[in-house]
Amino acid sequence: MSEYAILLVTTALVNNVVLVKFLGLCPFMGVSKSLEGALGMGLATTFVITLASAATWMLEHWLLAPFDLHFLRLLTFILVIAATVQFVEMVVKKSAPALYQTLGIYLPLITTNCAVLGVALLNVMEKATFTKSLVAGFGSALGFTLVLLMFAGMRERLALAQIPAAFAGAPIGFVLASLLSLAFMGFSGLNFR
Amino acid sequence: MIVAIVSLTLLGLALGFALGFAAKRFAVAQDAGLAAIEALMPGTNCGQCGYAGCAGAAAAIARAEAPPTICPPGGKALVEALAKRLGFSVDVASLTEPDPKIASVDEEICIGCCRCLKVCPTDAIIGAPKQIHNVLREACTGCAQCLDRCPTEAIKMTPIPLTLQHWVWPKPVLNGTLGVMS
Amino acid sequence: MRARAFFARDKVPWGVHPHDHKRPAADVATRTLPLPERLYVPLQQHIGAPARPVVMAGKKVYKGQLIAEAQGPTSAAVHAPTSGRVHAIGEITAPHPSGLAMTAIIIESDGEDEWIDSSPCRDPFALPPEEIATRIAAAGIVGLGGATFPAALKLASAHKAKIHTLILNGCECEPYLSCDDRLMRDAADEIVAGIRLMMRATGAQQALIGIEENKPEAIAAMRAATHHSPAVEVRVVPARYPMGSEKHLFSMLMGREIPADCRTTDLGALVHNVGTAHAVYQAICAGHPLVERLLTVHGAAVAHPGNLWVPIGALVSDVFAFAGLLGEPARLVMGGPMMGVQLPHMQVPVIKGTSGLLALSAEEIGSTSPSSCIRCASCVRACPVGLLPLEMAARIKAGKLTAAVDFGLKDCLACGCCTFVCPAHIPLVHYFLHAKNELAARARTELRLEATKRLAAARKERLEREAKEKAEAAARRKAERMAQKAALHRSSEEATV
Repeated sequence: MSEYAILLVTTALVNNVVLVKFLGLCPFMGVSKSLEGALGMGLATTFVITLASAATWMLEHWLLAPFDLHFLRLLTFILVIAATVQFVEMVVKKSAPALYQTLGIYLPLITTNCAVLGVALLNVMEKATFTKSLVAGFGSALGFTLVLLMFAGMRERLALAQIPAAFAGAPIGFVLASLLSLAFMGFSGLNFR
Repeated sequence: MIVAIVSLTLLGLALGFALGFAAKRFAVAQDAGLAAIEALMPGTNCGQCGYAGCAGAAAAIARAEAPPTICPPGGKALVEALAKRLGFSVDVASLTEPDPKIASVDEEICIGCCRCLKVCPTDAIIGAPKQIHNVLREACTGCAQCLDRCPTEAIKMTPIPLTLQHWVWPKPVLNGTLGVMS
Repeated sequence: MRARAFFARDKVPWGVHPHDHKRPAADVATRTLPLPERLYVPLQQHIGAPARPVVMAGKKVYKGQLIAEAQGPTSAAVHAPTSGRVHAIGEITAPHPSGLAMTAIIIESDGEDEWIDSSPCRDPFALPPEEIATRIAAAGIVGLGGATFPAALKLASAHKAKIHTLILNGCECEPYLSCDDRLMRDAADEIVAGIRLMMRATGAQQALIGIEENKPEAIAAMRAATHHSPAVEVRVVPARYPMGSEKHLFSMLMGREIPADCRTTDLGALVHNVGTAHAVYQAICAGHPLVERLLTVHGAAVAHPGNLWVPIGALVSDVFAFAGLLGEPARLVMGGPMMGVQLPHMQVPVIKGTSGLLALSAEEIGSTSPSSCIRCASCVRACPVGLLPLEMAARIKAGKLTAAVDFGLKDCLACGCCTFVCPAHIPLVHYFLHAKNELAARARTELRLEATKRLAAARKERLEREAKEKAEAAARRKAERMAQKAALHRSSEEATV
């Protein structure tokens, strides 16, 4: 059990997808203007990454490994993730309109987000078991949501601040992101033994 | 080689069928959103936006063909409501509303023909045959439909007079160092 | 005394304490403004609907005669401030930051200052409470502290709410102003009589008069006047701005805070100004409606500062001509320096709510060029309602008005404490006034949109109904015609038979 807890902390903080692995930077910069949007994006990404971790594990272990088709990994992963997300989007739209209101507009945005694909590929490289890859996927997504929320909160404050014209908008956002990344490097010394 | 082609094809086919099935099984009527937008519109069908009535404008907004700011009678309040409904953010404060104008009847020229009051979408013009007409200031939306109907050009669009009750403190204008910074 | 005042002040965790500048004007004997030739009496001197004129141009009026009656539930009557002839019903610049015009009845004085026949009440304390409120309404009395809410309405609602305490606001926390101080020194007995009448009108069992500690003479005078009335008590409160805010005076005297969405009447107390109590006495015991008021003329640009009895409708220029000006004032203010209205020029009439006229010199205004917010939180400490002015202003500046409302913009008193203490000279209260007005304007457009929708629906229904009626009428006519034809046919058949 503690193994899974450590895995969760490691993937969420120590090896944060955005600030340490530099994956999923497009939604990180694009959907962090308001806390509300960031929360929706974070929830949607959490959902998709967890789902994709499960789907790709099955694909890897039931199709690619038995038939020795590892060279098709990238292609099939994208295909399966995209299709799964689309399918889920349709189901959610029909069965839970309220949930669709919060997640709906973000779901198609992240079908082939590099964070989603990256986490799936990392799981395969780690040769994780099904449960472990699920936990790792969930942890990474949690880390993504956390960082996105933090960043959005800071950008909301930044919108009220007086920023020199040359830095206003994206430039100050990048400065902020790099500082945040530096801060997350502090987790790299974390030792659980 | 063959295994790769076959498995990829099968995968594609399976996913394709699954999505196709889902598209049919879980289809949602698109009109729900449209009706909600239409309910927000004033409903006068005044035509100031350039579309065929409020339903037309609502459809155009729903298809993102028209900006949510096209409705002059709706003003900032409608833009905010639409932004909330459609889930986009808009800086309402930066929108400048054109000076709202309302119709007024020149009593010297009006002949009491009743043509204008038939077209008014809010029944804002009162009058009877051979009686001088008048515009109810509170009800007029400034759609200007009555303007062309008047045979004597007695109707003019005049800006709504600013009163003490309607006056708004202007936003502070900062100069000096702050102006450079922002 | 100083040490006690210091500790007392320490107990007040909100507000600011500006230099009060009340003396020497407060110690100068009260004077009366010589009657101006023309008086411009505005129809809207109160919160609510403007009064409706009941006189016509050219008509002779006497002092105290009703010239405009209250219109609608929230309104106040207006009376002629002197005898003379109605010159016109025209427009005059309003004492309002916009400098827009408002309608006023212009009266040409005949110099006689002749009162209309009034019936002073012999035994005013025998009047039933409703009758007192009616007479107060008929006298056109509004809150003289500056809010100008019709006094009779406030008394009637308090009577309905069964309040137990009447709080009299003699704080006069605004710097420069001393008219309430002066009135309490000059007419303490009349004020106490007015208070007892108001207690009768509301059913309150006790009355508390809150006076700031910086007015020892007024405190002494009021204590002497309340000596024989055990139910009326003078309470000394620390000198702190905005002590005169009714919620703050209430919590200071009653020891209870008021929830944000409550009024003092919800907690059993009604707050009125001491000036209003004096006006109530005048209206009921002397039969004189509210046609003049005591106001403070002050500022470094005034030659003879002091307190003046001024008829309603006198121009600011008349007042300053009497008090004398030392050079061109840098700023004219109606009311106090914290919450008063900056006047565009001197051709503005004195209204019922005018507590002071200030002609300030350039040195008094000081530098006001704003710089950046350094987040020092001085405004947070100063805010009497515990808001975060810096956060609200930053959001309003970025155009996020609803975000400012989430920070409590609705509870802002616009007292100006934050602007006063801001070391960066940021016009904080100006932002809040702008945001409040802008939100009100949006609410109005929303209402208008609703009304338009209703009208459009009503028209649609009307058109349908008319079409239906037309069709029915046509059908009926057709049926009649058919019946006639049939009858004709039958009769012709009968004829042939």
